[in-house]
Amino acid sequence: MDAEVSAAKAAGREFDIELRLLIDAIYHMYHYDFRGYAPASLRRRLRIAMNRLDCRTLSQLQDKVVHDSAVFPALLDFLTVQVSEMFRDPAYFLALREHVVPLLRTYPSLRVWVAGCSAGEEAYSLAILLQEEGLLPKSIIYATDINSGTLQRASAGIYDVERIAGFTANHHKSGARTSLSDYYTAAYGRAVFNKSLKDHIVFSDHSLATDSVFAEVQLVSCRNVLIYFDRALQDRAIGLFREALCRQGFLGIGAKESLRFSSHAGAFPDFVPAERIFQKRAEL
Amino acid sequence: MNLAERIDAVVIGASAGGIEALTALLPALPAGLRPPVFIVLHLPRDRPSVLAEIFARKCSVQVREAEDKETVVPGTVYFAPTDYHLLVDRGPQICLSADDPVHHSRPSIDVLFESAAEVYGDRLLGIILSGANEDGASGLAAIHDAGGVTVVQCPQTARVPHMVLSALELRPADCVLPLDGIAGMLRTLKTAAIAVPID
Repeated sequence: MDAEVSAAKAAGREFDIELRLLIDAIYHMYHYDFRGYAPASLRRRLRIAMNRLDCRTLSQLQDKVVHDSAVFPALLDFLTVQVSEMFRDPAYFLALREHVVPLLRTYPSLRVWVAGCSAGEEAYSLAILLQEEGLLPKSIIYATDINSGTLQRASAGIYDVERIAGFTANHHKSGARTSLSDYYTAAYGRAVFNKSLKDHIVFSDHSLATDSVFAEVQLVSCRNVLIYFDRALQDRAIGLFREALCRQGFLGIGAKESLRFSSHAGAFPDFVPAERIFQKRAEL
Repeated sequence: MNLAERIDAVVIGASAGGIEALTALLPALPAGLRPPVFIVLHLPRDRPSVLAEIFARKCSVQVREAEDKETVVPGTVYFAPTDYHLLVDRGPQICLSADDPVHHSRPSIDVLFESAAEVYGDRLLGIILSGANEDGASGLAAIHDAGGVTVVQCPQTARVPHMVLSALELRPADCVLPLDGIAGMLRTLKTAAIAVPID
C-alpha cells in the first residue's frame, strides 16, 4: 500500500474519533444529543460545517464549540436546518385530504404534531389544508424542533417570495380548494403568512432523542427526519409517536422512510401505503 | 491482486445519456457478483423512479431501489431513489438524506461517492459515465485520494462528455474505457469458483 493511501486511511480513522468526541462535548455542554444520528449524514454535515466555520479539523471545531458560545448555534444550523417546501410531495397532502381528513372530522377537537418542523413549511401547509377542509378553527398544530433559532424563524412565517411559485404549484397539486395567496401578504421580496394560521400553531422546543410525549394527538406528521437517525433512535421516535397518538390515530412519514426496522412496526398497519401513511392499531 | 479480489463495492454515476450507458453495462454484471453496486442517475425529480424495475428485467443480479437503513447485501444493485441523496454508511448500511441538492442534483453523485470512499477506502471502484454537469468529479477525486480504482467512460464515446471531462480535469483516472471495456471489467467481479478436490 502506498504512503498516500495509508495517510488517507489514518485521516478517516482520526475523523471518526474526533466526531465522537465532538458529539460527546456537545451533549455535555449544550445537552443536544446527536449520538443516535446516522453517521454518514453527520459526517457529511460536519465536513460542510468545518469548511464554512474555517476549521481544518473537527478538533479545531470542538475547541471553538467548547470555548466560544457563539459558535454552537451556527454549528447547530449545519447539523439540523433543512430547507423544505410547502406542500412538499403534494400526493401526500392529497392523500391526507382524501383519506385522513374524513376521519379527523369525527373528533370534536383536533391536535396535530409536526415533529422536526424546521423552518415551518410543513406546519403552515397542514394549517392551510385544515383551513380548506373547515377543520382549522377546532385544531391545534404542535410544531416542534430542537433548534430554537429555526423555531423563531418558523413562528415568524416569513419566506422569500422567489419560493412562493414552487409552493403554489405544490399546493395546487395537493387538491387545493383555495388560492395560496389568500394566506400571505407579500412585500419587499418576502411573503408573510397570516396570523389566522399562526393562531393555531404552537411552535416549541422538543427533542425526539431526549424528551418524552407532551400531548395526545390524532395525527403525527414527521417527514424526512427519521432518515437522519440510526435504527435505535428511529425506534425511540416512533415509540413516542405511538404513545402520543390516540387510538386509531394517523402517522405520516417521508416518501422513502419506513417503519420496517422498528419494534413498533406491528402497531402501525398501512393506511395509505403509497404515501407512507399509517393508522395506529386499536389496541385492546 | 486482481480486481475481483480487491473490490468490495462499485459506485456508478451518470446523467444525460446515462440510461443508454447503463443499458450497455448492467446486463454484463455476472450471476455470482460479489460486490454491491450503488448507482446515482440524475432524473427529473417529479417523476417516480422506475429504474430499478426496468433494469431488474435486464439483469441476472438483484436490482432494487435503495431503502433507508437497510443492510447492504453483496451482489445487489441499488439505485438512489428520486429526490434523495444516497449514502453508504459503516456496516455497510444504506442511509438516505434530504439535504440540499449538490450541483443542482438530488441524488448527487458526489454525495454517494464521498460517503462510499469513507467506508470502502481503497477497496472501492468508482465509474463516471455520460452526463451534462460537474457532479461526480469531486466524488471520483475522493475515491482516487482514498486509493480506490477510478474509471471514466472515454469522452469520445459518451453521448454527453461534460461529466467525464470534468472528472478527468480534477484527477487522472486509472482507466478511460469505452462501454464494452467497462462491461468487460464488471464481468470479472465475481466470487472465484471454488475448486472441489476429487479423490
